[in-house]
Amino acid sequence: MSTLTAAPEGAPVTDKLRLHGNKLPAFALPVIAVVSVGVSLLLYFATPMDSEIQILLLSLLLFAAGQTIASSLIEGGRRARDRFATTLLIGAFLLAMVPLVAVLVTVISKGAARFDYDFFTHSMRGVSARDHGGGAYAAIIGTLEQIALASLIAVPFGVLVSIYLVEYGRGRISRTISFFVDVLTGLPSIIAGLFIYAFYLIVLGAPQTGFAGSLALIILMIPTVVRSSEEMLKLVPNELREASFALGVERWRTILKVVIPTALPGIVTGVMLAIARVAGETAPLLLTIFGNDSINNDPFSGHQSALPLYIFTEAQKPQSWAVDRAWSAALTLIIIVMLLNLIARFIARRTKV
Amino acid sequence: MTTEPAAQTAGSAPSEPGGTGGGESPPSTSTSTGPRSKAKVSFADATFKNVTRLCGFLLLALMAAIALFLVLKATDALGDNKANFFTTETWFPNESGNPRFGIAALLFGTVVTAAVAMIIAVPVAVGIALYITNYAPRRVGDALGYIVDLLAAVPSVIYGLWGLAILAPHMNGTQLWLSQYLPWFPWTPLGGAILGLAFGLIRRAAPTGSSSVGTPITLGVVLGVVVSLIAGIADAPDDIGIFSTPSGQVGRSIFVAGIVLAIMVLPIVAAISREVFKQVPIAHKEAAFALGATRWEMIRTAVLPYGKPGVISASMLGLGRAMGETIAVALVLPASFGISVHFLEPAGNTIAANIANGFGDSNDTGRGALIASGLVLFIVTMLVNIAARAIIARRAEFSGAAS
Repeated sequence: MSTLTAAPEGAPVTDKLRLHGNKLPAFALPVIAVVSVGVSLLLYFATPMDSEIQILLLSLLLFAAGQTIASSLIEGGRRARDRFATTLLIGAFLLAMVPLVAVLVTVISKGAARFDYDFFTHSMRGVSARDHGGGAYAAIIGTLEQIALASLIAVPFGVLVSIYLVEYGRGRISRTISFFVDVLTGLPSIIAGLFIYAFYLIVLGAPQTGFAGSLALIILMIPTVVRSSEEMLKLVPNELREASFALGVERWRTILKVVIPTALPGIVTGVMLAIARVAGETAPLLLTIFGNDSINNDPFSGHQSALPLYIFTEAQKPQSWAVDRAWSAALTLIIIVMLLNLIARFIARRTKV
Repeated sequence: MTTEPAAQTAGSAPSEPGGTGGGESPPSTSTSTGPRSKAKVSFADATFKNVTRLCGFLLLALMAAIALFLVLKATDALGDNKANFFTTETWFPNESGNPRFGIAALLFGTVVTAAVAMIIAVPVAVGIALYITNYAPRRVGDALGYIVDLLAAVPSVIYGLWGLAILAPHMNGTQLWLSQYLPWFPWTPLGGAILGLAFGLIRRAAPTGSSSVGTPITLGVVLGVVVSLIAGIADAPDDIGIFSTPSGQVGRSIFVAGIVLAIMVLPIVAAISREVFKQVPIAHKEAAFALGATRWEMIRTAVLPYGKPGVISASMLGLGRAMGETIAVALVLPASFGISVHFLEPAGNTIAANIANGFGDSNDTGRGALIASGLVLFIVTMLVNIAARAIIARRAEFSGAAS
């Protein structure tokens, strides 16, 4: 902080009463902005760069540089550095918005092409490579069933583990469990698929079914559910538990009748987010459910399809019809995932107030 | 931050002496409640406790089973392997009688794409987190944080589709530009100097406190000299720079895959960094302001030193995610083998992407080989994650003592 003592020296002696020293004139920033955009446009036409995003990037850099130079000339180095940092931080945010907007816009505009009645009522059965028909009905059914099955097992299991961690767990064992929940959180999804393949499909000799996919999804859901519901259970005030104990209620009844209901909205939020995360998983399904062009309503026998897998396979086909189907499926998937997210946020917000 | 349930609920344990079933640590709770009450634990209570504990143990068993079965299935294939698994760059596990495969090229691709992703994502994510916590008004900040979280809600297969169909063609211009104007980067004195300068600036922005390597400029000069010496000794050809393209082609490259991965890990790193920056004691910030610091100086002196361990562990969690990401990379990269330092050329593959691409048309040995590569990925990501958690845990102890 040695620079602080030297700070006022930049201010001119003529105006001792002003606290802030010289400031950039109000017109300076717009001028710099216009010039930087102009220069980057010039570069856009002069050099072989042909992406619009580069114009944005370059203008941002030029603006930051120009502003900093102007500011350091007029306002002094410290304030210039401050401005530079501010611009960079805002720039980082804008930069992150580019892919989000780009992805959403592309998915919506390209997905609209086949986002029709046929798409939701037909499977891919008998649709050959050149055909433009076909739909994702089988895939949607598969995804819904697999997610439902996975949630059915992973949610109670995860909540029970979190109850153990928060309400009972002491000492080394609970710390170990907590640690491995963290490790599981970072487990690559393809590894979950490989494990189910190696264990359930090879060692146990089970066939590739929708249920095998659910098993892989369960592994991915558990840590998310445990973590979020653990956080929520911790938020339940101890006074509630103590009041219940004081009334002579047993511990397990206290947990089921007092603690869980109090934390329930938060737990539901966490579960919804976990489902949303898992709904888009492709890698584990690739190894476990195999995909199926026909409609298969039974997750326990025969190959099944799933929406993410459908996108993956259609995207790799060279025909434009297939790519159109992939985009429409992507739009469907994004709508499902975003709906789950919104519901989760809605529940979370309603309970916070 | 999250790893201390015991502390949270220690007060809520009145007269629960355990003694039910396994009972790993009943006495430890007795300190909180004076008399060792002989409360009758009903059958239902004991059952419920044991059910929850059983689930906990099942989770441990699951983790062990994952490791066990990966090892089990990998060893078969590794036994058949006719080549060195760690140094071979090719992947021919499906040739009957002569399966040859190695992890070298895949591991290289995994590490490099993840590294590119981190170089892009971490500064942006930290910038976002700083902006949300220190610049934006609280309400706006929450909304912006939610928008960034939306990035994480988009499924990876959609990023892959987008990267393949939209980003890769759009990046051709940038990639051509880079290969045309910056092919020397960074293995020349100038390139080394730039690297050193950047490194020094980052170090200065987030000071470690102790050892000072020197000013950014001296660091730049030193690194430039070192790099040119090494390049001179190694008699490196001109086209060794990471942006050079000897084949003259750019396309679905490691660079593009890295950008897609960067977009995917960005929300993770940003979210955790945001939480860490939120915890910076307000007194530290106000002290900096009171000493006349500008906002950026406040961030440098109060926020960044406090949040640094959190940012590091957030980055490592993101790194683990980037290395394990499968589908997006499988769609973007052309799945070629071989180690290439030319990051703009359409080449490269990662462990996870190779599993996704190669699984369908592999025989038993081939699938065993894929499982072996998956085991390597499992170990690497687990180590990265454990390291990240260790940093967070150290951090939690520290802040717990402070508050």
